[in-house]
Amino acid sequence: MTADIAATPTGAPALGEAGARKLPGFLNNPSVRRACIAIAAALIFWQLGATSHDWLGIGLPVVGHVPSPIAVLKAWHGLIGDPGYWESWYLSFTRVALGFAAATAIGVPFGLLLAMSRYFRGLAFPVFELLRPIPPLAWVPASIIFWPTQEMSIDFVIFLGAFYTIVLNVLGGAREIDPRLVQAARSMGASRWNIFRRLILPGVLPSICVGMEVAVGITWEVVVAAEMISGGGSGGNTASGGGLGFFIWNSYIGGSYPDIIVGMISIGIAGYLSSTLVRATAKRLMPWTRGR
Amino acid sequence: MSATAGAARGALKINDAVKLYEPSGARVLAVDHCSLDIRPGEICMIVGPSGCGKTSLLNAIAGFHGLDGGSIHLDGRMLCGPGHPQADVGPDRIVVFQNGALFPWKTTLENIAFGPIMQRRMTKRTAYETARRMMADAGLSGHEYEYPGEISSGLRRRVEILRALMNDPSVLLLDEPYRALDALTKSVMHEALLETHYRTGTTIFFITHDLEEAIFLGHRVVVMTARPCRPKQVVEIDIPHPRDYGVLTSRRFRELAAEISAVLEEEALKSFTRGEKEGGVQ
Repeated sequence: MTADIAATPTGAPALGEAGARKLPGFLNNPSVRRACIAIAAALIFWQLGATSHDWLGIGLPVVGHVPSPIAVLKAWHGLIGDPGYWESWYLSFTRVALGFAAATAIGVPFGLLLAMSRYFRGLAFPVFELLRPIPPLAWVPASIIFWPTQEMSIDFVIFLGAFYTIVLNVLGGAREIDPRLVQAARSMGASRWNIFRRLILPGVLPSICVGMEVAVGITWEVVVAAEMISGGGSGGNTASGGGLGFFIWNSYIGGSYPDIIVGMISIGIAGYLSSTLVRATAKRLMPWTRGR
Repeated sequence: MSATAGAARGALKINDAVKLYEPSGARVLAVDHCSLDIRPGEICMIVGPSGCGKTSLLNAIAGFHGLDGGSIHLDGRMLCGPGHPQADVGPDRIVVFQNGALFPWKTTLENIAFGPIMQRRMTKRTAYETARRMMADAGLSGHEYEYPGEISSGLRRRVEILRALMNDPSVLLLDEPYRALDALTKSVMHEALLETHYRTGTTIFFITHDLEEAIFLGHRVVVMTARPCRPKQVVEIDIPHPRDYGVLTSRRFRELAAEISAVLEEEALKSFTRGEKEGGVQ
C-alpha cells in the first residue's frame, strides 16, 4: 500500500521493481529518461540519414549531405586537445558576458525610468521605438566604423541584441504592478524610496528575469553572426582568435564540414548553459515563486 | 497592541459627502450628500446595489481620492473638507481590498510586520516579535515563513487583516474582503474577524453585498440607495455580542434579514432597471 503511493506520483519506473533498480540514479527521473531517449533517437536517425548513400545506394535529400554524427564525434575528438577551439569558446563567452552585462546594467534602469517618468517616456520612447526594429546585424558595418577596436564593435552588436528585449520587459513588468499594492504601502507609511525599493523593484524582478532569459539566447544568435562577419582574430590560422561563430565560418571556408557541425553543437551547448545559469540565478533572487 | 484602548477611538463622522466623476465629459454623481456617524468600536456594515458608490466613499475616507463637497472627521480631526478636499493617506485608516493586496515577495510574517517598520514605530526585531505573537493569537502559527502564493485565499485574508491591525488603525476599512471565498471559508473568516474585533475593539467600516454577512457581523447595517449613494435606512442589529453561528437560525435574525432585504431589493431594482454595472444582489 505505502509502496504504491510512494511509487506512482513521483513517476517512478513502470518497469517493475527489478528493472528499476538496475538503472543509474539519474535515469529514475522520467524527464531525464525522456530526454535521453529523444536525443538517442535523433542521433540514430541522423546517422542513418547521413550514411544513406552507403546502405541505400542513393543519398537522401538534405540529411544525405550532412556529415554523420560519428564523423562529427571524430572531428570533435580531434578538437578537444586543440587550444584554438577552447580559445573560441572563451572568446565567444566573454563577448556574450560583456554585451549581456552592459545590456542589463543599462537596460534595467532605462526601462524603470521609462515606466516611472511620463516626461522621460515622452522624450526617449519614440527614439527607442525607432531604433528597435533595426536588426543588430544591420548595425555590424556601422559598428565597425564607429568603434575603435573590432572587439568593441562585436560587443556593441551583442549589447543591442539584448538591450531592447530587457528594456521592453522591464517596462511591461513595471506597468503590471497592482496599484492597490502601492496604495496599501502608502497607507502603511512607506516613503517614496521604500515604495520603489520594496514594491516596484521586487514587482518588476520577474519581468527582468524573463527578459534576461530571452535576451541571453538572442546574444548567442548575435555573437555568432557578428563573428562571422567581422572575420577572425589576429592569428588567422585554424580556429584561433575568432570565437565559435568564426570557427564555423572558417571551417566552411576550409571545407572541413564535420567541424561546422561541431561548432553548431558547441553554440547550442553554450547557449543552453548560459540560459540555465540565468534561470538558476533568477530562482535564487525570487524565493516567493518557488512553489510555482 | 493597544487592545482595549482602541475602544475610545475610531469615531468616523461623514458629513454631506459629495463625489463626482467626469469620465469623458459626462458628470456622474457617485456620492450625494451622504451623512453617516460611525461610533467608536462599532462594526458598521454598508450594503447597497453594485456600483452605487460605496467604494467611492471608502476611497475618500482612506484618502485615495478627494471629495467634491462635504467633510469627513475622524475622532474630531478633519480628514478632508473645505480647503482640503483629499485626506492624507495614513496608518490610522487601513484598507483591506477585495482581492487582497499582500506583497507576494514577502512572507506572511514580513507582510504583517511591514507597517510599523515603515512608520519607524518599532524596530525590526520588535515588529517581527509582535507579528509572531499576533499570528499565534489568531491561531496562525506555523505559517510565518510562507509566501502569500503558497497559502489558501482564506488564510491570505486573515493575514491581511492582521497586517492592517498591526498599524493600530483607528478604523479598518474593508471592501468586500470575503467576496471571492466559498461559504464555508467565509463563515470561518466571520468568526475569526469577530473574535479579533472583541480583542482589539477597532472600528470597522465594512462594505458587502452579502446580507447574511452584514447582519451577522454588524452592530448596524446601513442600506445605501442606488447611485448616487446615500444612506437609505440604518438598521440597528439588536442581537447581542459576542455572536456565533447559532445566530443565523434565530427568529430575530430572520426578521432582520426580511426587513433589510425588502429595502435593499427596492434599490437593487432601481439600479438594475437603469442598467448599472453588475446589477444583482447576492
